[in-house]
Amino acid sequence: MMEHVRYLPIGDTGLFVEFENKISQEVNEKVRNLWLALEFGDLKGINEIIPTYRSLFIIYNPGVLALEKLISKIQDAIEIMVKKNFPKPVITEIPVLYGGEYGPDLEFIAEYHGLMAKDVIEIHSSRSYLIHMLGFAPGFPYLGGMSKKIATPRLKKPRVSIPAGSVGIADQQTGVYPLEGPAGWRLVGRTPLRLFDPHREPPILLKAGNYILFRPIDLKEYGDIEKEVMSGCYNVKRWEF
Amino acid sequence: MPGTFKVISPGLLTTVQDLGRFGFQQYGMTPAGAMDPFALQVGNLLLGNDIAEAAFEINYLGPVMEVLKDALIVVSGGNLSPVIDGNPLPMWEVACIRKGQVLGFGKIKNGCRAYVAVAGGIDVPVIMGSKSTFLRGKMGGFKGRQLLPGDILSTSSINANIWKRMGQRLPARLIPNYDVIEPIRVVMGPQDNYFTATALNTFLTSKYTVGMESDRMGYRMEGPKLMHKNTADIISDGVPLGAIQVPGSGTPIILMADRQTTGGYTKIATVISIDIPALAQLKPGNSIYFNRITVDKAQQLWRQQQVVFEELKSSCVTK
Repeated sequence: MMEHVRYLPIGDTGLFVEFENKISQEVNEKVRNLWLALEFGDLKGINEIIPTYRSLFIIYNPGVLALEKLISKIQDAIEIMVKKNFPKPVITEIPVLYGGEYGPDLEFIAEYHGLMAKDVIEIHSSRSYLIHMLGFAPGFPYLGGMSKKIATPRLKKPRVSIPAGSVGIADQQTGVYPLEGPAGWRLVGRTPLRLFDPHREPPILLKAGNYILFRPIDLKEYGDIEKEVMSGCYNVKRWEF
Repeated sequence: MPGTFKVISPGLLTTVQDLGRFGFQQYGMTPAGAMDPFALQVGNLLLGNDIAEAAFEINYLGPVMEVLKDALIVVSGGNLSPVIDGNPLPMWEVACIRKGQVLGFGKIKNGCRAYVAVAGGIDVPVIMGSKSTFLRGKMGGFKGRQLLPGDILSTSSINANIWKRMGQRLPARLIPNYDVIEPIRVVMGPQDNYFTATALNTFLTSKYTVGMESDRMGYRMEGPKLMHKNTADIISDGVPLGAIQVPGSGTPIILMADRQTTGGYTKIATVISIDIPALAQLKPGNSIYFNRITVDKAQQLWRQQQVVFEELKSSCVTK
């Protein structure tokens, strides 16, 4: 079956390849498959490929690759994409210390829904979340699939600064802040992992199209992992989806 | 450690920038880089540097820097009245500065961003493939921040032949005239169909003024509001340099070097690559019109500029 896509040029060096106009796991999987199919082929003239919720944004060099050529290259990739079996997505475990000063809004979220704090932790950490895309800040994952049971509105007044690694909830979204900075999300916990470290290879921990799973940890384990992360010897736990 | 420049006063916002940090936008990494890539590239070509080498980017109010070691520089971009020991320094031209001299800046004559490229390039670590400073991420450039008093910056060593380049300059016909503000050319879309016919007409016929809240991240343009047919929001997707986003307020925002890589507002149009430098030199209060052109035409103009760079590169080598 031929996949229906829209080709939308943007500026003089960009092209969007857009699938359906909706946020879903199924659509995002198509984005991932086309991305992988393109990377299997000849990338000459393609400068960057940026996967998002429902489209691939391709930045190309018009001096090397004409727009029509780029589109026909993508059409070829779409044919491969529907036939080929791509490597399965990967789940990355994100250890999180929930509550207390690490997650100052955990109690509020629990009260807001008439739950116990441990229920919120249980709900938040019991399912894996699809990384629809990375954006907003280096390494920030836009995650899909959080339970409505713990969906909570943003803070009315954002905090001026929160530490890197803070795990938050905003309506039905959840995410992890890679950088210290201002934030309006309700914070449930913090991970000792670094989602972004410019001096590490690779600098960014996560990849669009993969999944993450939060695992509750205690203060002692947080400290142990933090030390390992700092000395560069922490082994991030990953497995096939 | 022997440096080449010592910062006496840093000016308003002086950072180290090259052409930008590319290849990581899929991870949400802002490219940063020189706001006016034309001025940066010309400076580098005149000096025989790699075209993408890092230079100082100076915004509005220039720094004062003591020269600790003889060096060859090119000051390009906006005319912020560069001086050496108080004497005017020619722009778009290779100049020699000597140990003990003081490089300074004065009044803004035109444009708003100047570049000081140095033969050999500025010696700062290459992080994720680039020397550019990404201010929000506190990384790259010199210690991930703007320059401060007392900072000492080194430059890479240069070949003795480089000194022969002194006096080489950009032909006058190629020097941008920032006093004459031309229309900014755009390619329409991809969400131009989200706007009413009136809004599209308004966008292409009205004067827009650069607002006060304009910085390396984006330019907020003041002018007639642009009405959407239904919604101003889209499912977040990629955002290129020069994208003109229109949120629900109807006020266009042009995304510049320090933009986020994704965004959820409708993009009515995108500024063509070769007009980014002119845009980068506009100050709050300057007004422009937008003119639409086709992708083909924009790419043709881009290719012409590449030819200019090629010619400049070869003419400089064989002087």
